[in-house]
Amino acid sequence: MTTPTKEHSLGLADRLGGSVDAVGAEARAAALSTRSIKKDSKMWALELAIRCCDLTSLEGQDSPGKIRQLASKAMRPAPGNPEIPSVAALCVYPRLVKAAKEALAGSTVKVASVAAAFPSGQSPLDLRLEEIERAIADGADEIDIVISRGAFLAGDDEMVFEEVSRSVEVAGGAHVKTILETGELGSYDRIRRASLIAMAAGTHTIKTSTGKISPASTLPTALVMAEAIRDFQDATGTAVGLKVAGGIRSAKDAIRYLVIVHETLGDEWLTPDRFRIGASSLVNDLLMQIDKQKTGFYSDPDRYTLD
Amino acid sequence: MTERVEVLKTYKLYLGGDFPRSESGRSYEVTGAGGEFLANAARASRKDIRDAVKAARKAWPGWAAATAYNRGQVLYRVAEMMETRRGDLEAEVARVEGDASEQVDAAIDTFVYYAGWTDKITQVMGGLNPVAGPYFNITAPEPTGVVGIVASEEPSLTALCSRIAPAMCGGNASIVLASERYPLPAIALAECLATADVPGGVVNILTGHKNELVPVLASHLDVDAIDITGVTGDQRTEVEAAAAENVKRVITASDVRGPHEVTAFMDMKTVWHPKGR
Repeated sequence: MTTPTKEHSLGLADRLGGSVDAVGAEARAAALSTRSIKKDSKMWALELAIRCCDLTSLEGQDSPGKIRQLASKAMRPAPGNPEIPSVAALCVYPRLVKAAKEALAGSTVKVASVAAAFPSGQSPLDLRLEEIERAIADGADEIDIVISRGAFLAGDDEMVFEEVSRSVEVAGGAHVKTILETGELGSYDRIRRASLIAMAAGTHTIKTSTGKISPASTLPTALVMAEAIRDFQDATGTAVGLKVAGGIRSAKDAIRYLVIVHETLGDEWLTPDRFRIGASSLVNDLLMQIDKQKTGFYSDPDRYTLD
Repeated sequence: MTERVEVLKTYKLYLGGDFPRSESGRSYEVTGAGGEFLANAARASRKDIRDAVKAARKAWPGWAAATAYNRGQVLYRVAEMMETRRGDLEAEVARVEGDASEQVDAAIDTFVYYAGWTDKITQVMGGLNPVAGPYFNITAPEPTGVVGIVASEEPSLTALCSRIAPAMCGGNASIVLASERYPLPAIALAECLATADVPGGVVNILTGHKNELVPVLASHLDVDAIDITGVTGDQRTEVEAAAAENVKRVITASDVRGPHEVTAFMDMKTVWHPKGR
């Protein structure tokens, strides 16, 4: 794909943007969330949710030891049960990319690094780009960047386009996920517009939240972003991934997101290449539900590894 | 003048401090002593058990960490609330079992009795053990955690109180299955608990069919002990086998009340400590 010009891309965002029916989006998301997924389908969904997880730790207290511990969980979420698949990626701060890469060597689990002045995005662009380059040099396979919400809200779409496209460029082929931080954007219209700008700028995946702001990911937000992805693909032929993150703790929630993605984007998006869930405690709840399905007993949270 | 429309009570579950209907939306008919229709009671499902265990697990650390003095106050407050609402309790008991006043007296007194035990149980039931060596060897009862209670079917109110009060006294959070035939007094009791400063989730009362609910409660891996006083016949063996899965303590009531009823719901913990010279 040739890089589209800025004018062309922003024109596309103008054309596809416009207003979102907020009441309709919320009603649709609420209706989809009541869908009942049982038995075999539920097992399939639980397993898929694990495969789509970006096991995440983004705390000031993260240390190489903590990341190694999390890496073993990422590769083998249930140590006693080899049937449980690995998660998609381990998501860490740039300083811990090396530790994560070493701990995950030889596995299928990717290393994702947040970068570009996560979580605020409020640093000069050259510093943010350098952060990406260094994360890549340390071995990151995927980069989670944040847009400058300040610039976007001030109407500076060009700046947002610029930072995303430059980030994709310096990432040099690594998978780039762009966090819109939807909780700070204020309306579905803006969420849709930010989604379109990020996609037009070449990001591989759009992501809801940093997890540092409340509200984080919500079902209607994911629906609006999934619809933007669908419309972008119709217009350009390019398929962009979706990542939901922040506050997703229960298996039930994870399945609701899977339903929304499936109903909006179809089967092709039900794969870790195109759909991710950023979470930490979610994995244990998924494992608990899988055990419940298998044994028929409700389980005990103390039986699962802490992370 | 138009006649006033009667206000009927919907009997619900007591779960996490709230009064929800069953998650399943089901209910069942409750009949009085003479077989007449009294009300519909919520018919709890396995998911209600799951939710109740979750609520109890969440409430437990706070209740276990509350001072014995504070737990005693709350238990006494339950007795106060039952006294205040005794008309309601008596009416509910009377329409299913006839004679009510004595039973309500006994139920209230049970809470007063165990309120007194909260700050005495450790010193009376714990102790300093004689050992051959320069050590203090101390045993003290500690709360077990989340306990399931299947009380006897009747007498509806006292059977329930005689199990709930010692479990609370011992610092546990409980999931209680009410009498299947006479569930209405249990809900009247729940209304007393809800207004007596008992933190939401410390006691959860479910009404429904025991053959449906007991196996789920017994097999739930996050339940630490189960009181099977009200489980009869073949189902006892079944419950004991299910409880073995996570080594639940299995308890039955004794004929007399006393501190042993409290420690039945507790773990005896022993520590060794070197003696200084």
